[in-house]
Amino acid sequence: MRTLAKPSALKGAINAAALTAALLVAPVASALDDSKVTIDNFAFTPNVITVKPGAVVTFENHDDIPHSIVDAAGKFHSKALDTNDTFQVTFDQPGEYNYYCGLHSHMRGKVIVAP
Amino acid sequence: MSRDEGRGVDRRQALECMIWAGTGVLWTVAGGVPKSALLGTAQAAESGFAFLQISDSHVGFDKPANPNALGTLNEAIDKIVALPAKPAFMIHTGDISHLSKPKQFDDADQTIGRAKLDVHYVPGEHDLIDEDNGKAYLERYGKNAKGAGWYSFDQQGVHFIGLVNVVNLKAGGMGNLGPEQLAWLADDLKDKSASTPIVVFAHIPLWTVAPEWGWGTDDSAQALALLKRFGSVTVLNGHIHQLMQKVEGQVSFYTARSTAFPQPKPGAAPSPGPMTVPAGELRKYLGVRSVVYHPTGEPLAVTDAALAG
Ligand SMILES: [Cu+2]
Repeated sequence: MRTLAKPSALKGAINAAALTAALLVAPVASALDDSKVTIDNFAFTPNVITVKPGAVVTFENHDDIPHSIVDAAGKFHSKALDTNDTFQVTFDQPGEYNYYCGLHSHMRGKVIVAP
Repeated sequence: MSRDEGRGVDRRQALECMIWAGTGVLWTVAGGVPKSALLGTAQAAESGFAFLQISDSHVGFDKPANPNALGTLNEAIDKIVALPAKPAFMIHTGDISHLSKPKQFDDADQTIGRAKLDVHYVPGEHDLIDEDNGKAYLERYGKNAKGAGWYSFDQQGVHFIGLVNVVNLKAGGMGNLGPEQLAWLADDLKDKSASTPIVVFAHIPLWTVAPEWGWGTDDSAQALALLKRFGSVTVLNGHIHQLMQKVEGQVSFYTARSTAFPQPKPGAAPSPGPMTVPAGELRKYLGVRSVVYHPTGEPLAVTDAALAG
């Protein structure tokens, strides 16, 4: 968990804003570095994203069915995200992070962290 | 009468469909001769029995595909309460709740309890997403279960096995039984004679329906290998919210309707998510199932009844 600071499952956009401020004590990397992955139709979009170290990636579920975000290497996992719930992970360490949905494991995606 | 499904719609199936017709009479077949009797009498005479399957009630779901999943579960239970004869018990093949919330389980229990039947549950993936990854489910439904919630029991010579294939899913995979459960299953079956009728039930199908949607179980072949020596094996699943069946040797596979919302046929939509149908059509896609066993060596008779024709 050290390498990936503060993953947090957040309920709804308003809570997300409030809690992001509370949980991420250090100023987050600039907005340009931050990225969003949405879940639509049982798929992570974009399916592969590349971000800079320190970027915060926000996962947001747009389906009527809950999904979760589970790192294949076990470094982070979200709770089940209901419709419009979000989950954030700060990626400090360069590398490739393969993740999948803990409820529907055929759903997969990848975050590439590169300087 | 709503659609009736089974191993072909023959005379027996048509008659057993009467179970749901509210005629006050249960039709049974013994030695190929249909006869009518109240179920209690039939049980005594033939030592067969009927049980029910409901699935995927998703209590708490309130999206467009069905704004009131608890309401349609209630209707399913009404149908069961109205049966002219009491079945031996009911199984629920998972996704009792939508989000594993205590209130959702409470509402489900209260509604299903109106049927006044023993209910044997297995979890769906929606039942294990509480803070403690399934503790809420196990405390409520898994008191006599092993591992993540698997168990077996016997009813009038038929051996029932409830399996869990919704935990420890592997990236890119489908449903999963896991080595611990497979070892338990081997042990559970080892003293059973090959003539014992077996009924296996689990949430995700134990045959591969649509791998691209995860509709299958990665290690189901190992479970089926353990069941191969048995003369009669019936496999009942949920998860895909639609009727499907397949016969492979002595093994008959059936998936059940949901009581909450339908899902598309494989490949008929971009994703397996809830399928929204015109409001007046919804109840044609939802339903309950009865399974009748007679000790005649015939396959168990599976009859599905929609909530509305
Ligand atoms: Cu999912």
